[in-house]
Amino acid sequence: MSDATRAEVCAVACAELWRHDGEILVSPFGTIPALGARLARLTFNPDIVLTDGEAALMVGAPPIGTDPAELVREAAMPYRTVFDVVWSGRRHVMMMASQIDRTGNQNLSAIGDWARPKAQLVGVRGAPGNSVNHPTSYWVPNHSNRSFVEQVDVVSGVGYHRAAAAGPGATRYHDVRAVVSNLGVFDFETPDRVMRIRSLHPGVTVDEVVAATGFPLKVDGEVATTRRPTEEELGLLRRVLDPGATRDNEVKS
Amino acid sequence: MADKRTTVADMVAELRSGMTIGIGGWGSRRKPMAVIRAICRSDLSDLTVVSYGGPDVGLLCATGKVSRVVCGFVTLDSIALDPHWRAARQGGSVALTELDEGMFFAGLQAASWRVPFLPTRAGLGSDVLVVNPELRTVRSPYTDGPFADPADADAEFVAAPALRLDAAFVHANRCDTAGNAQFLGPDRFFDELFLGAAARRFVTAEKVVEPGALTAEGPLSAVTIHRLLTDAVAETPLGAHFTSCPPDYGRDEAFQREYAGSADPEAWEAFRARYLEVDEAGYRAAVEAR
Repeated sequence: MSDATRAEVCAVACAELWRHDGEILVSPFGTIPALGARLARLTFNPDIVLTDGEAALMVGAPPIGTDPAELVREAAMPYRTVFDVVWSGRRHVMMMASQIDRTGNQNLSAIGDWARPKAQLVGVRGAPGNSVNHPTSYWVPNHSNRSFVEQVDVVSGVGYHRAAAAGPGATRYHDVRAVVSNLGVFDFETPDRVMRIRSLHPGVTVDEVVAATGFPLKVDGEVATTRRPTEEELGLLRRVLDPGATRDNEVKS
Repeated sequence: MADKRTTVADMVAELRSGMTIGIGGWGSRRKPMAVIRAICRSDLSDLTVVSYGGPDVGLLCATGKVSRVVCGFVTLDSIALDPHWRAARQGGSVALTELDEGMFFAGLQAASWRVPFLPTRAGLGSDVLVVNPELRTVRSPYTDGPFADPADADAEFVAAPALRLDAAFVHANRCDTAGNAQFLGPDRFFDELFLGAAARRFVTAEKVVEPGALTAEGPLSAVTIHRLLTDAVAETPLGAHFTSCPPDYGRDEAFQREYAGSADPEAWEAFRARYLEVDEAGYRAAVEAR
C-alpha cells in the first residue's frame, strides 16, 4: 500500500487519543476526528460510544457521509441527555479551535474585542462546561500563527492556568489532553502546564512548527515522530470508512 | 376542557416592546419561524431574545427587534455562521449575554422550578464569567455531615441564574386543542423548559388535533409537552420553515442559502419585501414560487 497521507496520519493520531478511554462517549468535531473515532472503535477501543451526529447513539462504525436513513441506532441521545453525560464526566470531546493558546485556552466565540468583535464566530457553545467536566482535546487542521496564539481573544474552553486560578471546582475534572494539528500532536505534560510538542507528523520539522506557532513551544529533547498508520488502518480508512477521500478536503496531502 | 386555539397574530399581539422572549428549537432546527416572521412584521422593539440561536436570532436582529440576545451560540448548522447575527455583533447594534450552553439549560431549569439559580461547574475559569460580571459563584453549604463531599469542600460553583421569560414560543409537530404537544422527530430539545420558564406559553404546530388524538401518529411518550405548560396553540403548516421539522420536512437548504446570502443591504431589502412583508399565506406562496 502506498505511503500514508498527512490526513491519514492525523486520523490515526486522533484515534490514539481514545485508545485507553474505555466505554466513554467520544464526540469528534471535524472529518478527521470523526474518522479517528471510528477507526479506534474498529481497532483498539471497540467500547467507545458514538453519536449519529443528531440525537442517537449509533451501532458500528459506518463510513463518513452514510445516509442517516441507513444508520443503525442503539439508544436515544437528545441534547438534554448529552448534558447529563457531559456533567457526569463520561465523555472525551475533540472540539475545533479558532484559536488555542500556550496554556490550553481555546476560542470559538469571537476574534478581537468581545464587546464589539472584529469577527463574530459561533459562540462559546459548550466549551466552558466541557473543559471543566471531562477530558477535552482539540483539532486544528490549519496550524498557523493565527490559530496558535499567545493568548486567545475569548476564553471558551478553559486551559490549565485559568482552571487553576478558578480553584478546585474547576480543576477537579479538568483534563485538556492533547491538541492535534496538521503538523503534529501537542500536550501540556510539562511542570508549568504549557504546550509542548508530543510528536511531529512524518516529514514535519521542529523549525517548521515553531515558525507556525505564535508562542514559544516547549521542546523536550529529541522530538518523537507521530506513528504511521498500520496497513490494517490504511485499509480501513481508504476502503471502509472514507472511500471518497473527504479527509483530503480537511488536510491537503 | 378549554379550547386553546388562537392565531399567531393574536399570540404576537400579547407581546410588548422590552419583553424577554424565549424561543425553542436548536440552531436551524424546529424553530417557531411563523412566529418569528410575525414579530419581524410587528412594531415591537427592544426585545431580549433567549435562544439556542439559529436564524430566529439573525432575522430578529436584521429587522431591528432586538436589543439583547442571551445565548451560547448562533448557527445555521449546515452554514456555520449566521451573517445577520455577525453583522449585528460586529456593528455593535445588539448586546449579548453569552452563556455556556449547559449553563443556559440549567438557567431554564431553574426558572422552570422557580429557584433563583442552579449550581454548575460550567463557566468556571472561562470568559463567560468575565464578559458577564453580573454572574455569581457559590460554595456548597454541606461542609460537614452526611452530605458533604470533601473533594469539593473549597470549590466554587457557577450559580447559573434562572432565565425567567415573559413569553416563550415553541413549534411542535402536532398538538391538540387543549395544549398537549408532540415531537415526532428525534429531539425535543429544551422546549418544555422554555415553556416552564415563561409567564405566557405559546405552542405552534404543523397540525392541531382533538384531545386524545395525538397517539394516532406517534407514541404517547413523544407527547412531552402537557397542557399545564401551555396557554395557547396555533396551527401553522410549514411553521418552522426554513428550519428542519422532521419527520414533516427537512431544512430547506436552498432557502437557507438565500437567507444567508441576503446580508448586504440591497439583497436584504429584496429578501425582506418578498418573504417578511407578507402574511403566512403570502410567505408560503413566495416559497412555492421560487
